[in-house]
Amino acid sequence: MESNLNHIFELQYALDTFYFLICGALVMWMAAGFAMLEAGLVRAKNTTEILTKNVALFAVACTMYLIVGYDIMYDGGIFLSGVTTVAEMDDAAIAGVIAASTEAGFGDMGEYSGASDFFFQVVFVATAMSIVSGAVAERMKLWAFLAFAIVMCGFIYPMQGSWTWNGDAVFGMYELSYSDYAGSGIVHMAGAAAALAGVLLLGARKGKYGAKGEIRAFPGANLPLATLGTFILWMGWFGFNGGSTLKLGGIGVANEVANVFLNTNAAAAGGLIAALIVARLMFGKADLTMALNGALAGLVAITAEPADPSPLLATIIGAIGGTLVVFSIVTMDKLRIDDPVGAISVHGVVGIWGIFAVLLSDADATFMGQLVGMLTIFIWVFVTSLIVWGILKAVMGIRVSEEDEYEGVDLSECGMEAYPEFVSGKQ
Amino acid sequence: MKLVTAIIKPFKLDDVREALSEIGVQGVTVTEVKGFGRQKGHTELYRGAEYVVDFLPKVKVEVAIGDNLLDQVIESITKAANTGKIGDGKIFVTELAQAIRIRTGETGEEAV
Repeated sequence: MESNLNHIFELQYALDTFYFLICGALVMWMAAGFAMLEAGLVRAKNTTEILTKNVALFAVACTMYLIVGYDIMYDGGIFLSGVTTVAEMDDAAIAGVIAASTEAGFGDMGEYSGASDFFFQVVFVATAMSIVSGAVAERMKLWAFLAFAIVMCGFIYPMQGSWTWNGDAVFGMYELSYSDYAGSGIVHMAGAAAALAGVLLLGARKGKYGAKGEIRAFPGANLPLATLGTFILWMGWFGFNGGSTLKLGGIGVANEVANVFLNTNAAAAGGLIAALIVARLMFGKADLTMALNGALAGLVAITAEPADPSPLLATIIGAIGGTLVVFSIVTMDKLRIDDPVGAISVHGVVGIWGIFAVLLSDADATFMGQLVGMLTIFIWVFVTSLIVWGILKAVMGIRVSEEDEYEGVDLSECGMEAYPEFVSGKQ
Repeated sequence: MKLVTAIIKPFKLDDVREALSEIGVQGVTVTEVKGFGRQKGHTELYRGAEYVVDFLPKVKVEVAIGDNLLDQVIESITKAANTGKIGDGKIFVTELAQAIRIRTGETGEEAV
């Protein structure tokens, strides 16, 4: 009888590990979503460069988190020295896992492979960094951006992650009582805060704002790609939020996972519908790019608490996010904060909404707890990012020359055009 | 001989083509072009920000014809391309010095 139970625990371990890996792979695919979304919303002459940033930042994020990030955030050891290797998982170690599972029972937190935990966490870092690339698109130097990615993924992000998801005291001073299921604040607002710091030091794209207060539009080059990117992100988000349950084995937790999937989808739909309607009312036409941002806003909004809301509440939380994002994008332009893809609005402004939307369904969360957590993350990421961007600006410069910007950063940074047979019109 | 160049709204191209066929025009050359007239382009909104479309898409239709067909061609195009709204386009008529059919070497009105 006992041996049968052990087999079930082994299977539970396998199931929870498998679930982590699949969800991690889904989140990894969000990198493709960001790449396509950003490639679609920039002008054709900056496509190759934004794609290069997206693939390179993903690789930098994975490498930096492996070297030091996971250690800072979860004490996983430099170079993952704390993660159980294949050789270390011997009979004695297996017996230890089974003993721990027996003690915890099925209801407690999952037992799963340490490597799967790293794999799931590492793709979140890349997501946070992807948010930055869109906001600084079309005028930032490629190598300055990648230098920032090293610090962001190896230090800035893991530090605030250790205070929130790992529960460490903030510089040993105070502990947060902050609830953020999958990272509306920890991932999305953090990425947006780093982006905002970069944009403030970088300035707007040339010609975006006129001397007399005009705001000029630079229409995105490829809306099919932007739409595909949004759908990819939407799909990847099931791993992002669904995997953040951290466990699948068990009736209660499986039901929770299903509700997370349901609510995540509902919020995205609510966000898209709201943004589409608000844009139609404000601008007179159905602005596709706003609808796409609306879906993402809905997803960001539900990310801090996708399990507890009813499906209707999830839809409403998403719809408020989708409404907010349209007003935020218009306001950012009025403030002359030039964000070609709307990343600061989608992930930052709506991320903050998501943090407080937790209070609508989670009785354990408090307003002060959310506020202090939000401010801690924002101030930490914004200030450290500002310092790093500032150093980079002084040392190597963060902005391409005016002429290179006019010709397109594809040629000046990468030496190749995305659509060499079509590109003729320069804006 | 005359060369009639008509700048028309793109969605009127099929109507113009049919009208010209009906009066016996043997061939036309069509080009997608952009330009502006008294309308001076128009403005659109993208993510809440206005942008000016300086040059509007139009279709340029070129017809080489004998002098006897000129009035009919002008009338057909004017009728077929007219919507009554601003931006319907213009027709230009120029003298055509010579025309040569490459395959046979025919020249003049025989060639158009």
